[in-house]
Amino acid sequence: MIHKRQAIPWRDIGVPLAVFLATLALWEGLVRWKNIPPYILPAPSVILATLIQDRELLFSSLIVTLGVTFEAFVIATVCGVALALLIAQSKWLERALLPFAVALQVTPIIAIAPLLLVYLQPGNAVLVCAFLVAFFPILSNTSLGLASVDFGLRDLFDLYHASPWQKLIYLRLPSALPQFLTGLRIGGGLALVGAIVAELAAGASGQGTGLAYRIVEAGFRLDIPRMFAALALISLSGLAIYGALAALSHVLLRGWHESARAQDA
Amino acid sequence: MTALGAAEAQRTAPALVSLRGVGKTFPSGLVALADYDLDVREGETLTLLGPSGCGKSTVLRLIAGLAQPTAGSIDWSAPRIENNIGFVFQDATLLPWASVFDNVFLPLRLGGFSHEAASPRVDEALAHVGLLEFSGALPRELSGGMRMRCAIARALVTRPALIMMDEPFAALDEVTRFKLNDDLLALKRRLGATIVFVTHSVFEAAYLSTRIVVMSRRAGRLIDDIRIDPELERDDDYRTSKSFADICRRGSLALRVAIEEATP
Repeated sequence: MIHKRQAIPWRDIGVPLAVFLATLALWEGLVRWKNIPPYILPAPSVILATLIQDRELLFSSLIVTLGVTFEAFVIATVCGVALALLIAQSKWLERALLPFAVALQVTPIIAIAPLLLVYLQPGNAVLVCAFLVAFFPILSNTSLGLASVDFGLRDLFDLYHASPWQKLIYLRLPSALPQFLTGLRIGGGLALVGAIVAELAAGASGQGTGLAYRIVEAGFRLDIPRMFAALALISLSGLAIYGALAALSHVLLRGWHESARAQDA
Repeated sequence: MTALGAAEAQRTAPALVSLRGVGKTFPSGLVALADYDLDVREGETLTLLGPSGCGKSTVLRLIAGLAQPTAGSIDWSAPRIENNIGFVFQDATLLPWASVFDNVFLPLRLGGFSHEAASPRVDEALAHVGLLEFSGALPRELSGGMRMRCAIARALVTRPALIMMDEPFAALDEVTRFKLNDDLLALKRRLGATIVFVTHSVFEAAYLSTRIVVMSRRAGRLIDDIRIDPELERDDDYRTSKSFADICRRGSLALRVAIEEATP
């Protein structure tokens, strides 16, 4: 009856890892067998060699991109939660503010980026782009969480004459936690996408030093292995962000929420 | 006090709360309750019995202040009682993220108690329902019966004079329900609170109550008001006794009338 903490089953890590390694081996074999030149499709071993050889350049760019992503993600989290709390206070505020948030979300960021580059310094424009795409999922998920409180628990708090503040702290915020964490998982990945997109748009203006700029630059030089190396770093960063936020979610919800318990089963 | 004396004392005990001509109509036009009178007297275990939709749960919610009547009046003998009502819902309705202790602590926390000040009372309430050793467990880790015990402890922790119970044991298996029925009676003897209980089960009503009110869906109509001697020993012998069978028969008959009235 008492729930026991379980070790992560091997299939959660072993199966995807095996599939990934098999894909790499197939790729490597295909390139060698067909003698595909690296400027068309570099083999994984060549990409790894490029990663090691260009590590200083690529990792300093990675730090720049991750820095922007992290900064945008933190600002989006703070603003998303603050606006969700504001909207939760009244239907009028929701009606007034939500359309703007939706409009921002449905306008493709790649279309906004050039405009932001006109108004802002490239560094700030990249930050704002990353913020804009990460903000909405955090806002909408947190709003949904704050609104979807169990009716019985609401009655319970009314029975004991809880103040609006007490309802927020002891009921609505904890109730919203699962949806908030879902918003974080989506927003974290999107912040990276936003940063990359804005760097690509800003690339030509020459001030970018992030990973996307390295891809554009390598493209101009037809340095395909470096493009792949930068791409691999972006993918790994995205996976790491998602993994970290999923782990946070699991730790915070373990034991009481279905989503975290389903992973334990 | 003789058995007759105890029954008479309860009949004439002061009313904790009186409902007069109470009605509840929802904005959609649905009439949940109309022209309803009821006196809840001190010390009784009053069970509301009736077909679905007759307004049993609405009566509990109106008394507890979770809904406002659209007609009539609800009068209290003392505001102190009105402001401290225990309520056990159909589901245990526990905070899933909080431990058993924190769930039981909640009403006191909302009332401004610190953790230290509340701790002895929380432990006392948990001891009453036999959950003291599970105070650190999360609701998910408990069985259905234990979750309901936790909800009962939470209702007791503010030491209310009046406790509302809305079909609290309906979702439990029979063995657990019988056990919780006995535990509730023991608690009632120890704490002496007044209980208003809603159930679909005539047998549960006959076992627990000192009074059964059978409600109809027709406005203001009360089918039967059955008094049961409060001194009667409630145990396995009582479940198989003639007086228990008589009460069940009378309750069933009244319920049948109520259901026939409810069917157009």
